[in-house]
Amino acid sequence: MSKNPSSNPSIESGDEDISRLNFIKVAVGGMCVAYAAAIGYPVFRYLNSPVSREAALASVKDVALAGADKLPLGAVLLFKFGPFPSMLIHHKDDSWVAFDSVCTHLGCTVQYHPELEKIVCACHGGQYDSHTGANISGPPPKPLTKFNVKVSPGTVTVTRA
Amino acid sequence: MSKIYEYLDERLSISDLKKFTEKKTVPNHKYSFWYYWGGISLLCFLIQLVTGILLMIYYKPGPDAYNSVRALTYDVDFGWLIRSAHSWSATIFLLSVFVHMFSVYFMKAYKKPREFGWWSGMALLILGLLFGFSGYLLPMDELSFTATKVGLAIPENIPVIGHAIASLMRGGLEVSEITVQRFFAWHAVVLPLLYLPLLMFHLWLVQKHGNAIPPSEEEVPFAQRKTIPFFPNFLMKDLAMWLFTLNVVAIMASLFPPDLGKMADPLGPAPVGIHPEWYFMSSFEMLKLLGKVITGTIGEAVGITIFTLGLVLWCLIPFYDVSSPKGLKGRRATYFGLFCLAVLLVTTLLGYLIG
Repeated sequence: MSKNPSSNPSIESGDEDISRLNFIKVAVGGMCVAYAAAIGYPVFRYLNSPVSREAALASVKDVALAGADKLPLGAVLLFKFGPFPSMLIHHKDDSWVAFDSVCTHLGCTVQYHPELEKIVCACHGGQYDSHTGANISGPPPKPLTKFNVKVSPGTVTVTRA
Repeated sequence: MSKIYEYLDERLSISDLKKFTEKKTVPNHKYSFWYYWGGISLLCFLIQLVTGILLMIYYKPGPDAYNSVRALTYDVDFGWLIRSAHSWSATIFLLSVFVHMFSVYFMKAYKKPREFGWWSGMALLILGLLFGFSGYLLPMDELSFTATKVGLAIPENIPVIGHAIASLMRGGLEVSEITVQRFFAWHAVVLPLLYLPLLMFHLWLVQKHGNAIPPSEEEVPFAQRKTIPFFPNFLMKDLAMWLFTLNVVAIMASLFPPDLGKMADPLGPAPVGIHPEWYFMSSFEMLKLLGKVITGTIGEAVGITIFTLGLVLWCLIPFYDVSSPKGLKGRRATYFGLFCLAVLLVTTLLGYLIG
């Protein structure tokens, strides 16, 4: 492939030097990128491993709470929907409701106050309606995520709405 | 780009560093190949730092040690690869450190004014071996458990204070999860804290005194000695060796990941055919052979005394070999080096052959 430039008048040696230099630059640069990717990809997957596992957990559509149908009136059951904290409330009027317990403001876990019929966030004083999950006071921008609840003998099934 | 360079150069004087590295030269002769082994050790050490930090993200010292390594190896994405790279890079690190040490020895690079380079290097080697010993226990499988029990029998044999030292290292009378916790503290905190400043000192000395030349090159008149600029010529070759080493680590780590044995059982018998890692094989085999000649704990004590004496002599060689390389002392030093190298190689081989 290496032609002597002086024996070939159609190629000027100067041009060829520049294209060789460019070729080396691109090849070395490309190899650096390839090495960075070959090292970076496994390291990213390694560090991201628990994240991808939790993401798989988070994609669950329903959770069955065995024995939760015995929950007394006005009581709350805290459970995990996938990786996230959630709550099942059995209201005094015998209605059932389930929410994601993560405050829509800055992510604190909220708390059910049966005497106020409210769900309250201790971090910044956010308040939600304990029947609908609607944000009624304080900084929360959105209502709590509400789940569907199905009560059957021996179990309560909570599903994503 | 040039504006950024200018900005940084005005404040950090990068061009001074560039000028300096261009002016700095490295001797070029037929033994120049041996100059790369210190750099290879350095690269492996850096790989150990990075992979070690990555392993620390999932590893749990103490009672959960085995299960955390199990999860790391089999459940975490690419965990097996990070662990394998750490293990292989450790092996190549110690191998290149040994090559580096012997090449320094035979080039007589320990002579004035480089004595402190030799001593700091020996200290780094001992720390490197302690890294290996402490790291080996961390997975807490059968093999590492037994190897640590055997290894701690060595300080145990030091007269009078041996038992106290070994017990302190173990954190008890037997190897247990307390030992793992201690070894982890040594492996991941204490040893790096000792190693890093010593390594800086070692590298500073190399920079200060430059590369030593072997005796054969010293005979060449000064004007006829060949050198190459450090930047970019030597650095490029050095980086090429780094790239080669990186590829070797990557290939070995991908193709031959280390096993994880059964969980250590304090009541279980030692596994059949147990032997230490290759870098402790020589001393293991020497103790075994000596034990056949001088039986009982006296044999061990004699063996440990011989090792210690040999190591002390090895460290003190700059005081002995002060004359010209062709002089009697210079030749004796070379023979002593060859003898030590032969003993190391033969006993290591014997260890693998007769087990």
